[in-house]
This record gives sequence, structure tokens and C-alpha cells, in this order.
Amino acid sequence: MIELRGVGLAYEETPVLRGVDLTVAEGELVLVTGATGSGKSTLLGVLTGLVPRFSGGTLSGDVLLDGTSIVRTPPRERAHLIGYVGQDPAAGFVTDTVEEELAYGMEQLGLPGETMRRRVEETLDLLGIADLRRRDLRRLSGGEQQRVALGSVLTMHPRVLVLDEPTSALDPTAAEDVLATLTRLVHDLGVSVVMAEHRLERVVPFADTLVVLDGRGGLRSGVPAELLADSPVAPPIVELGRAAGWQPLPLTVRDARRRAAGLRERLGVPPADAPETTAAGGLVGRGVTVTHGSTLAVHDVSLTLRPGTVTALMGRNGSGKSSLLWALQGTGRRRSGSVSVSGRDPADLDESDRRTLVGLLPQNAADLLYLETVAEELAASAATADALERLVPGIDGAMHPRDLSEGQRLALALAIVLADAPPVLLLDEPTRGLDYSVKRALSATLRSMAADGRAVLVATHDVEFVAQAADHVVVLAEGEVVSSGPVRRVVAESPAFAPQVTKVLGAGWLRVDEVVARL
Amino acid sequence: MSALPSRLARDLHPVAWWGWAIGLAVVASMTTNPWLLLLVAAVAALVVAARRGDQPWSRSFRLYVALAAVIVVVRVLFRIIFGGGDFGLVLLDLPEVPLPGWALGVHLLGPVTRESLLFGLYDGLRLGTIVICVGAANSLANPKRLLRSMPAALYEVGTALVVAVSVLPQLADSLRRVRAAQRLRGGDTRRVGRLRRLVVPVLEDALERSLALAAGMDTRGYGRAGELTPARRRRSGALMLAGLCGLCVGTYAVLDRTAPRVLALPMLALGVVAALLGMVGAGRRVTRTRYRPDPWLLPEWLVLGSGAAAATLAVVASNRDVLAAYPAPDSWPALTVTHLAVAGIALLGGMAAPAPGGAEQAAVGPAAVVVR
Repeated sequence: MIELRGVGLAYEETPVLRGVDLTVAEGELVLVTGATGSGKSTLLGVLTGLVPRFSGGTLSGDVLLDGTSIVRTPPRERAHLIGYVGQDPAAGFVTDTVEEELAYGMEQLGLPGETMRRRVEETLDLLGIADLRRRDLRRLSGGEQQRVALGSVLTMHPRVLVLDEPTSALDPTAAEDVLATLTRLVHDLGVSVVMAEHRLERVVPFADTLVVLDGRGGLRSGVPAELLADSPVAPPIVELGRAAGWQPLPLTVRDARRRAAGLRERLGVPPADAPETTAAGGLVGRGVTVTHGSTLAVHDVSLTLRPGTVTALMGRNGSGKSSLLWALQGTGRRRSGSVSVSGRDPADLDESDRRTLVGLLPQNAADLLYLETVAEELAASAATADALERLVPGIDGAMHPRDLSEGQRLALALAIVLADAPPVLLLDEPTRGLDYSVKRALSATLRSMAADGRAVLVATHDVEFVAQAADHVVVLAEGEVVSSGPVRRVVAESPAFAPQVTKVLGAGWLRVDEVVARL
Repeated sequence: MSALPSRLARDLHPVAWWGWAIGLAVVASMTTNPWLLLLVAAVAALVVAARRGDQPWSRSFRLYVALAAVIVVVRVLFRIIFGGGDFGLVLLDLPEVPLPGWALGVHLLGPVTRESLLFGLYDGLRLGTIVICVGAANSLANPKRLLRSMPAALYEVGTALVVAVSVLPQLADSLRRVRAAQRLRGGDTRRVGRLRRLVVPVLEDALERSLALAAGMDTRGYGRAGELTPARRRRSGALMLAGLCGLCVGTYAVLDRTAPRVLALPMLALGVVAALLGMVGAGRRVTRTRYRPDPWLLPEWLVLGSGAAAATLAVVASNRDVLAAYPAPDSWPALTVTHLAVAGIALLGGMAAPAPGGAEQAAVGPAAVVVR
């Protein structure tokens, strides 16, 4: 139905896509993946028409929809054919209530009033958001915003939906909701979906076709199970399948479990948690309570961050993770309770002394950066280029921080925070938008910082990252600790937070490398 | 009456509320009679109390009342500080501060007379009441729905304004976030440096957001071309331009008594007609439709009509009975039957509006990080 023919795109002299051919059939769910910076968003932009109009660059080749070329059609004239939802759905909202947002696209198309009314009601039901209709868009949770954004393009009845990382900012449950909605659209309405995503473990089971960008401008597409056999990016379940030599590769937990009976016997007793360190120091919080106006964000949370330990803080969107991190660091206001780092309360110190006790990497790392080059940023915060080199090698000091990749920018922000050498480090959702290799590098960095005697707390939704990096897990719900303990125990207790390897092999197994070590 | 569907709880058309409030403001501007001004303010306050919803903008009325009070106080204080009481009953004889010769005609302190104080009070009351009328309109009508009611030809301008209105709170949010984040790192602590640390990330964030919004709007069909030929587009453009010229010449001729009379009202009318035709033509280019537009029913007519009637009555009355509208400071101001009628009409009209519709569900506040 939609077809790319020999599409190439270059920014000045740097090619991002080269001679790309791709066909999307009706009712097909195509998953686009590849390392960070390999051109996933660019490929989606070519479909919607936003590239090169909003990004610059030179486009060559042709885009056909049902045999007619649409490459010269601007995005607004493709609106009734191709629906697009960007990475941050909230940034694309034009109106302020759910109902008006759903109608906005249809108003632009000039549809008659009755049609609009009918489609709004249908879409509200289809996405299960009827009870949100009068709500303020900016007060919805991440999952709800994502579903409203989907609805706002679905009311135009497009043939193709183009989605850029629709689940990257969502907690596991909300992500599954959105994916279930998408599958229903594909099955019931025959809409084609083209979706870019880093976290394959969630999406691969739903995909009909996988497109892997190789980072040199080319791509390979095919059936997911075949393509993943030697793809550089692969979800843990595929890596497990590769290690165990399963043919064809299982893509769902259910398939893998049926194969795993023999493997479980061969592996024997699962590894146990390392005994918790009892080293003194680190951060001790007692009865921490945070309120925003009349809302209780964090309620009576006590936790200890020991030196040499990486603790993961999990919980759904809006469960108080960020509020807790800011309160522990001392910059966020604490209603009651105490925080102590080597006998001192960071909230009582001025900001420069506070930084030497507890470092915090905020959710949006770009908020920290304000200068024109990497070298200036490092100099302003008394960080050294060596420190950055140790985190991520090979960053040119003359580059603008905005031109860095997500992973490099994160490393720069981390180097700036670490310049004050705090014994306690807190990170707020650092894994957003990172591919597997960058996440592996980040988890290695966190492990080495713990090995240096730091106490590390990382708030994240990413269960696979927790399995790689963390020793200890704290789960928050509605601002209270609902579960806390060594990672294997907590994961065994809460299946929603279990990584794929645990789901396949049972409690005790977290990572593929543990399995490989036993084979 | 209450069984009519038009009386069921719903939000009144914002244009009706603005028309009513402008009528009240005209009443206030046509008089310095303190009783009438207080009556008008009371009518505005009563209608706001009875007919506002519980959306964020509805709570802004109190701010306008406070602003009005400040205006009155400042006006009276100015009268005391800058004196000017050359005649009338001296209430307080302050010593006058001698000023250099170039400040001719400006007094500092000096005798305070009853007349100058009352003049300041009346004048302040008039301005304050007008501010209260604007405040009433603002808290009664959803400002965004007002912008959405713009004629089709001005749709782009309306959208730009709506976006600007929603961007402001986002900017405040981003400012708070960046300020908190910058406290987490070492850096420039000088004054200019600190400002840069705040401004650069906030602007970058705002730019990125607006680009994302533009992309979002474009992919959802904003600015699609209608089926209009270039010839017709040129014709409606020419009409608009001609209308604008006509309006300018006409207004000038009306104000300048020496200009030929042919250029005055006839030219003004011609300009209005041409501009309207141009707007209609440009509006036809637009193939947009509106989802659930605000209806215009009997209550809208009543509210708008009462505002217009009150204003007309006040204008006529102030021309007929100048002394009642602008009472002399040396006598007790009188309240006439006409004044009561003006206030009564406005009050009845305002109360003819249906009760406000169901508001948005109570929502939990945004998960903002409060920073000490």
C-alpha cells in the first residue's frame, strides 16, 4: 500500500538513509529498530512528510501511496492518509481537553458536525478513554496522554499510523495497554502501523515485519524471528534463544517457556543474591514525606542507600519517584522525616555543599546544560575531560551539547554532576530513549561507581535495565514503599516487574549472561 | 421557563458575556456618579458570584477587584501628593515643597481640598469599575472558547493566540524545572552567568516544544489549502486592503472636522462593507468545520441585549441630565430612577443566563517538584 523506492536522505554531506526500499502492506504492523542515531525517526519522517520539511536535508527517491507519488505532498495534505504521533505526545497537543483534541484533526479536514460527533464517541470507546473526555490534557498520566494522541489521529481515519517510540516513557503496565490498543487497531480496523522502538522486548511479539537499520544508511526487513537471529539489537529473550540454540527463535515468553523445560534442568540451581553489604555510610532516609499543595506525593518512606550498592526505584508513572529523589537530594522540599548523609542533612546545607554530599541527575539531562561546547560545560563545573572520557570515550570537546547523541549527552551531564565527587548519586529515569548497547554501557558505569564505594539510586521503568544494573529494588506505589529487597526476591514477588529471563526460566535467573555462564 | 432546553445548565456563549460586560463598562465610563459606579460594580460582582463556573479563569475575579481598589487608592494619593487643590474647601493644609523653575505647573504637597480629593475618588472609582467589568467578563467566559468563536478568516490568528495562551503555563513549568536542575551542578555564579544558566535551557526547551507542536499541527492538517482559485484569493485580498484604506480615511475624516463630509461617514461605511466582503471571501477559502460550536439561543440574546440596553440608557441619560451623571464635588451626588433602571436591566439580563455547565472533573495537581 505504501512504498518507499530508493529513498535517500543526507544532511549536508552526511547520508542518513541510502537507497532504502520498503513496502508496508495493509493491516501490517512494521517495527523499525536500530541503534541510536541510525535514522529511525528520519525514516518515519519521510513517511509523514516532516522530513525534510522540518529537519532540513536533501531527499531523493520516491514515496508511493497506492501507486501515486506523495513525496511532494506536504504533511498537512497527507493528514487524512497518514497519522503521526511523536515521541512526546503532550508536545503535540493543540487544544486543552480530550474531546476537543480528538476533534481537532477532523475540524481541519472540514468534516460535517454529525460525523465528527459520531467519530469522537466511537474513538473514545475504542481506546477506553470515555471517562476522560472533559479532562485537561496536561493533567493526564503518560499512558492516558499516549492513548489520547493515538485517538486524535484515529478520528481522521488514516490508512497508516506512524508512531515514534510510543511506549518509551511509559511504565510496563501502561506500555502494555497502549500496545494492546495498537494490536486491536491493526486487527479490527485494518490500519497499518509503522512504529520505531528501542525496547524490542515489549513490541517484537506484536510485529509482522521487522526493519533493522544498520547505521550506515541501509536497512534489512523481514520476518522478526529470522532477522533477529543475527541482528545487532535483540531483546533478552532472543539472546537467550541464541545461547540455548533454539530454532526458530522464540519471540514471546509463552513460546520460550515451552522450550525451556530441558534448559531449566541443565542449568540447575539458580544463582542467589549476593549478601547485602552492611558497610556504614551512604544515605539514610527516615519517614520522608513530600506534599505538593494538597497532594501527598511521598508518604513516610524510609530507605537506606549503602555504599557499593546500586538500588533501583520502580513504580508506575506518578507514583512519587521523582519527588522522592529531589527530597533525598535536599533541593526538593520535604514535609517531614529526616535524611542523613554521613551525619549531615543535605537540606540544611547551601546548594554547593549539598552537591558534594548527594548528586542528582534530573530526568531531562538537557536542563543542566547551557553552554556552547562540551569543553566549556566541563570547565564551568570543574569537571575534567578525563572523567567524561572514562564514561564515554571519544567525545569531541568542541561539539555543541545539543549535537551529542542521547547517550553522550547523558554521560556529559553525569560527568558534570560527578565533578563534586558526591558519595551518593541519584539518577532520575536515565534510560529513556537509549538503545541496548548504551544501556549496557550505562549499567557498567553504575556498577563501577558502586565498586568505587558510592551509593547509587536509579529511578527507572526499564525492568531489563534493573536486572542488569541493580542489587536492590524498591517499589513505590502512591508514594509508599510496597516492596523492598534484593533484586531477585522482589522480582520473584512482583511478576509485573520481572525481566524476560525470569519469566522464562523462573525465579532466580535475571540475565542472559548468567545463563551463558552455566552452559 | 426553567423547562426550556436553553435554560439547562450550560456555558453561555463567550461573546454574549463580553458584550454584556462591555455594556456595563460603557455605563461606567459615562458617569462619575459614585452611587451609580458602586451599583455597576455590585451588579458585576453579583452576576459573577451567581453564574461563574469553577474553571481556573473563574477565580480571577478577586484579582480584578483588588486591582480596582489599588487604582482608587492610588488616584486619591496622587491628589494629595501632587496637590492641585487651588479652590474649594481646604481640609488639610500641607506645606508645599518648592520645585525648581522647569517643573512649572507641578505642585508637590500643598493644601488638600475636599474638591480635589472627591475628584480623585470619583475618577478612581470610574476606572476601577471599568476594570471590574473586564474582570467579570474574564471570569464568566472561557477565554479560549472566545478565541475559537473568531470568524473563519481570522482562524489562523485565533489559533496562534490559543497556542500562546497555553504555552505560558508550560513556560513557567519549564522555568521551575530548569532552575531546580541548575542547582544540581557547579557553574557560573555571577549575576549575568546565572541568568544565562536559566535563560538558555528554557529557550531551547521552548523552541523544541514549538517545533514539536508545529510538526504535530502540520501532520494533523492545520493550514490545508481549500479549493480556491488564485484569482478569487487575489480578489478577497484586494477587497480587504480597500476596506482597510476606506476605514482609515473615513475615521480620519470623522475626527477632522475640516475634511470634506463626503469622506467621513460614507467612506467609513464603504470601508466596513469592503472589509466584510473580503472577510467573507477569505472565510470561504477555509474548508474547516467546528466541533460542537457554542449555540446562540434566547439567553445569549437576553444577556447581550441587557448590556446594550443599559449602555444606551446610560448614554442618553448622561446627555440629558449632565449634573446627575457628573455630580459637582461640592454637593451630595444624587441617585436617580434612571440609574436604578440601568443597574436593574444589567442585573436581570445577567441573571437570565443559565447556570454554568459541568466543569472538568477534579484532577490531581501536576506532579511538579516544589523547590525550596
